[in-house]
Amino acid sequence: MVEMVGGQMPLARNIAVVVTLLAGARLQAADPEVQVDFNRDIRPILSTHCFQCHGPDAGKRQGELRLDTRDGAMAPRKGHRTIVAGQPGDSELFRRITAESADDRMPPEEAKKPLTKSQVELISRWIKQGAKWKEHWAWITPSRPALPSPPDYLDFVRTPVDRFLLERHYAEGLIPSSPANRVTLVRRAFLDLLGLPPTPEQVDTFVNDARPGAWKRLVDRLLTSPHYGERMAIYWLDVVRYADSNGYHSDEARQIAPYRDYVIKSFNNNLRFDRFVTEQLAGDLLPKADATQKVASGFNMLLQTTSEGGAQAKEYLAKYSADRVRNTSSIFLGVTLGCAQCHDHKYDPFTMSDFYRFGSFFADIKERGVGNPPSYPVRVGAIDESLKAVETRIAGLQKALVTTTPELTAAQAKWETTAEAEARQSVSLSPWSMIGPFPAANFEEAHAKAFPPEKEVDLKKAYDGLKWIAAAKFVDGKPHTLAGQNCATYLFRTITTKQPRKLVVSLGSDDSIKLWLNGSVSFEKKILRGVAPDQDKATLDLVAGENRLLMKVANGGGGYGFFFRTLQSSLPAPVLAALKLPAAKRNAAQKKTIADHYRQIAPALKPVRDKLAAAGKQKAELEKQLPRTLMTVSVKPRPIRILPRGNWMDDSGPVVTPGVPGFLPALEVGDRRANRLDLARWIVRKDNPLTARAFVNRLWKLYFGRGLTAPLDDLGAQGTRPVHPELLDWLAVEFIESGWNVKHMVRLIVNSGAYRQNSLVGASLRERDPYNQLLARQSRFRLDAEIVRDNALAVSGLLVTRVGGPSVKPYQPAGYWRHMNFPARTWKSSAGKSVYRRGLYTWWQRMFLHPSLLAFDAPSREECTVERPRSNTPQQALVLLNDPTYVEAAAALAERIIDSKSDGFSGRLAWAFRRVLSRQPRPEEARVLKSVFDRHLADYKADPASAGRALSAGRLKPPLKATAEAVAERAAWMSLARILLNLHETINRS
Amino acid sequence: MTSMTSSTSRPVTTPDPLLPGNAVPLARRCFLGRSAQGIGSLALATMLGEQLNATAAEPAVQVTKWPGALKTLHFPAKTKRVIFLCMAGGASHLETWDHKPKLAEMNGKPMPESYTKGQPIAQLQGKKLTCLAPQHEFKKYGKSGQSFSSIFPHLGTVADEMCIIRSMKTEAINHDPAHTFMNTGTTISGRPSMGAWLTYGLGAETDNLPGFVVLTSVGGGQNQPIASRQWHSGFLPSRFQGVHFHSKGDPVLYVKNPDGVTRGRQRDVITAIQKLNQLRNNLVEDREISTRISQYELAFRMQASVPKLIDISDEPKHVLDLYGTKGGDGSFAANCLLARRLAERGVRFVQLYHRGWDHHGNIKAAAAKTAKLVDQPAAALLKDLKQRDMLKDTLVVWAGEFGRTPMAQGSGRDHHIKGFSIWMAGGGIKGGTSYGNTDELGYNAVENVVTVHDVHATMLRLLGIDHEQLTFPFQGRDFRLTDVAGNVIKPILA
Repeated sequence: MVEMVGGQMPLARNIAVVVTLLAGARLQAADPEVQVDFNRDIRPILSTHCFQCHGPDAGKRQGELRLDTRDGAMAPRKGHRTIVAGQPGDSELFRRITAESADDRMPPEEAKKPLTKSQVELISRWIKQGAKWKEHWAWITPSRPALPSPPDYLDFVRTPVDRFLLERHYAEGLIPSSPANRVTLVRRAFLDLLGLPPTPEQVDTFVNDARPGAWKRLVDRLLTSPHYGERMAIYWLDVVRYADSNGYHSDEARQIAPYRDYVIKSFNNNLRFDRFVTEQLAGDLLPKADATQKVASGFNMLLQTTSEGGAQAKEYLAKYSADRVRNTSSIFLGVTLGCAQCHDHKYDPFTMSDFYRFGSFFADIKERGVGNPPSYPVRVGAIDESLKAVETRIAGLQKALVTTTPELTAAQAKWETTAEAEARQSVSLSPWSMIGPFPAANFEEAHAKAFPPEKEVDLKKAYDGLKWIAAAKFVDGKPHTLAGQNCATYLFRTITTKQPRKLVVSLGSDDSIKLWLNGSVSFEKKILRGVAPDQDKATLDLVAGENRLLMKVANGGGGYGFFFRTLQSSLPAPVLAALKLPAAKRNAAQKKTIADHYRQIAPALKPVRDKLAAAGKQKAELEKQLPRTLMTVSVKPRPIRILPRGNWMDDSGPVVTPGVPGFLPALEVGDRRANRLDLARWIVRKDNPLTARAFVNRLWKLYFGRGLTAPLDDLGAQGTRPVHPELLDWLAVEFIESGWNVKHMVRLIVNSGAYRQNSLVGASLRERDPYNQLLARQSRFRLDAEIVRDNALAVSGLLVTRVGGPSVKPYQPAGYWRHMNFPARTWKSSAGKSVYRRGLYTWWQRMFLHPSLLAFDAPSREECTVERPRSNTPQQALVLLNDPTYVEAAAALAERIIDSKSDGFSGRLAWAFRRVLSRQPRPEEARVLKSVFDRHLADYKADPASAGRALSAGRLKPPLKATAEAVAERAAWMSLARILLNLHETINRS
Repeated sequence: MTSMTSSTSRPVTTPDPLLPGNAVPLARRCFLGRSAQGIGSLALATMLGEQLNATAAEPAVQVTKWPGALKTLHFPAKTKRVIFLCMAGGASHLETWDHKPKLAEMNGKPMPESYTKGQPIAQLQGKKLTCLAPQHEFKKYGKSGQSFSSIFPHLGTVADEMCIIRSMKTEAINHDPAHTFMNTGTTISGRPSMGAWLTYGLGAETDNLPGFVVLTSVGGGQNQPIASRQWHSGFLPSRFQGVHFHSKGDPVLYVKNPDGVTRGRQRDVITAIQKLNQLRNNLVEDREISTRISQYELAFRMQASVPKLIDISDEPKHVLDLYGTKGGDGSFAANCLLARRLAERGVRFVQLYHRGWDHHGNIKAAAAKTAKLVDQPAAALLKDLKQRDMLKDTLVVWAGEFGRTPMAQGSGRDHHIKGFSIWMAGGGIKGGTSYGNTDELGYNAVENVVTVHDVHATMLRLLGIDHEQLTFPFQGRDFRLTDVAGNVIKPILA
């Protein structure tokens, strides 16, 4: 077994590495001999201290001086020049930042952003050296820099990435750290690429692979694992703010899990990143969009939505629009366009108009300002296959049903003679006419008050602007919706019969209903209810000839509607009407109506109909089982205005059309209105300077713990210039030219010598480069929240490794959701083994994210998160010590340790260490643990009941029919398992 | 490490919250930090060795407290801690603190359109707008003669401690964003809450409890949901997140030992974890390991201190009677008593949510009912703090997320953002005074208008902080609690 921290003197080795560090190395131009670099040294100063008043925001610009562009800074001004190359003394800028008088000095005192002495000195030196100006690096399309060729250092150079780093190491007086030992490496690879620990067997396979290229083979193997996509999804779902709930106010559940499956699959199948971007932003707009692309378009619906009573749709539509601008620009471009909502950007050349033009790309998305977005069934997978089969069967049966045979024709003719007799007896009903709603103070009045139609029905008359309108759309036999609250609506129709008769009608209403036949009340029901078919029956005494039926429906609040049908015959109204006509006078449509109806009752076709009904039922059931998800549905774009000061109530701003910021490459759509598909294509254009940089920078972070430039969410002026600018650009170009090949980029990074370095850090290297920007070593960092969980479940053998599917609910403390409402909810842990699924499938409730994930810095995903903090808190200790998930994992691990058939305490401890940490225990460690083991063994023997309780964690049970001694032994091992699962080493990768 | 404080152009001037103990001045650094000496680990190893033979003894490991990002305060602090009584749902100012006789005269008459035209409105959208008279009598209280509603008789006895602000306005008209604005200074979800800002800036005074604690209660009206984002740390490290104490189940999540694990066994487990972590640290030298050792110790202490805190059996009867609680029932009264106990133990920011003020209907009875649950405990809190000589350096704030309309919504009132009332008392506040006014119908704040950012700026000022100088870099900007606004309300400062 290889020791994880290889060798006897790990610190000594690192000291050797940094021995030359302190000589003349620097990250910044503090040394007067060094050439000042505008983008590295000067722009950040101007941005932080000057741009607020002399930057891109035209609204706030003072003295018409602009320092964020070359033209602005260099142009001659009245009587002076802001900057005179080579002459600080003649430069107004320098005079003002060094002015004695507070009135004259810049930045002004009230700005509270004074310059330090060294900043002033830097500016002076920059002017002296010629005041060379450069465009902000991130706005320029990256071009591929030449590969440096530094002499290799002990086989450090493995991929082109290393050449850039090594050259910089030499320049800084550093040498790279030696490679980590193989055990560390294999753990690092598994945790970084899969988010899962290696098994001891997997460790051995790699450690014992003596053939050349073992590392590359390991990486290749891991990249074909389905768990690679899961690990990438953990990252991507943060970025796009994926969650299982709506976010605002009542935070209701939403159905979106198929989108997560799409993300996992896309990474696993190495979908081209430009495709990946396009399908998410505009999958619905792609020609012949398939189910997968529509699922991907659910991306646009990942934002927070509200259904709070009293919320104004207009306000929330404005919020949603701003949300999409803020987040989409951050997700794909790594810029803060969201800061230009109320004014032009303070630091970057984004205008307010850019903000709203960007927002109008999304103006076609069908959505309500207030209310839950609808989900749609997803036709993919096994259920879809079954559905297709059923649909084929149904089509065949339907064909059989309509096929004519001589027998059927004869049988129909026979049936028609009796049916015609029944039809002759039936009444004729005119279509409805309608008038209303007549407003009332309340429901009482709405029902009781006699509005004009109760006095006379004259379809030509109008009352207070209300007119009778034809309402043929209200066909009999279906509930219909009316509009209004505290009001009454009247409906009128005639009923014609040859001789006097009684006619029974079946009614429904929301709320009250009243009927008059020929001017007399024939039915009345005052009630508050929702409408449904057949709530009441009324009998009408018809006279021969035309009868006049008036119906009143009054409403209080809420829903409003009615239902009406006659019970005179089992034949539907259109069939009755057709049969009433002499056979010779029926037209083709009427003949078809009769024939179709007959097919539905013909005794000879009963077996076909039964089969059809069964198939229909099966289809409906299958459809219910289909996963559902939010999708983007495109409609006519709503107008998007510039909102002055971001105020949604202010309609005075101009309407804008979709467009991209002017200083970036132009959209090429001609005169046509651009849409989301154009935006997507623009984002992944080769000359877009931002997209590839933003992505590779974040990808780098996954494997080194920090990006090449920080922060990861701002490539703008306030971000930081990359420490390795050429490397970032090289990677960006390589990414584009590789065909946006994500796995290729992962290989380039992970196969590098830089990635394989050890992560030890001696005092001098730490002091020299505390954030490891120069990458003369690997980083070490805590696992992400989900992976902390996955790791514990994996080593204890509980983990369910199935990929994809709906979200699940592991154990969560009772009552944690008690502050949610509308409706009140309780968390119910998922059934069976679903509680052992990977962390990324945990139900993501934005208002109350699972507390174990939250404790380890998982974000609530209200906004795009490209970088989680990595905190180290007592809550994390409490989770690992006491959360039933981890206690249960310890109990399960104890069981595995005992079942491992290893020899004695030492053998079992060695087995456990290999399982959890991929290494052997050291003697001191074994001594500490033996002492705990002995005491707890004795303790639990004396108190077997508590041993049983400890082993009953989660859904586990203590062993059946075991002796008290065996139970105590397992409980003692469980104590040790808890210790191992809590170790810093267990939840960190190094 | 993440990069928040690491840019080369922005030198680290404050201790890095992500490297606890890293940039802490040496004197304050716990001896575990493997600083220059390197003896810390040795000492620890010895001590832990002894520990293993002494079950459940108090540990010798020191806990590193977060010292606060501010090395020195910008002003002399007038208050050390804040207890924020959050009247969730939006308490009506017209039934509580803002007396409007003219509105009584106008009862039932149409609300003049000059007030309401073009103004944001929530559930009354498209409805006829009529005036609703104040539903409760107002009285004068205390030597100062403060005027407020008779539904607060107990607060009447401490009127001379309170400064009532009657000219508040806010920006969001629905509960969720309005709470978010009151707590974080922006309606965009996901930014740090005020409690997180304070603990980040000032650090903790306690080494066995979190610095920011949240308590919740219900009653008297419909219970609007409250999201945990209201006490989230946003882009600040999550150690500054509010810790929610629960009245049922574990008071703090996961604070209870697993079944079958006694405190002694838990001690053994933690001691072994510490020892193994230390052995690892001896090999790899990692400050994160030192921090983790310290955090495990704090966790273990919390496992003892939290139950002790919750157990109020040591409170004399007259104190329980003062609050009107027997404790342990999750009521606002029980929470006020807990708030005092937390304040005593050095918790920096205690936030109490009472979710009962959303009175869209039947406001007369409902406001009285909610007030009855809140009145005595809030008054008791002020009295109790005072008798312990703690009111002088404890700021108590009573505020909802917005007010309610002068217009009727049936027998209730709708949400209203253009004018409402809050009060403050204690450390650094001029008691027995009021500030600002709404118009004669209580619609618009018109005199000495106070924004939410002003309240935040004032609160920070009382704690000794210039609100413009407590910042954190995020997405290229130095963010602050008060965004780009906020003025200290100087006239209300003692």
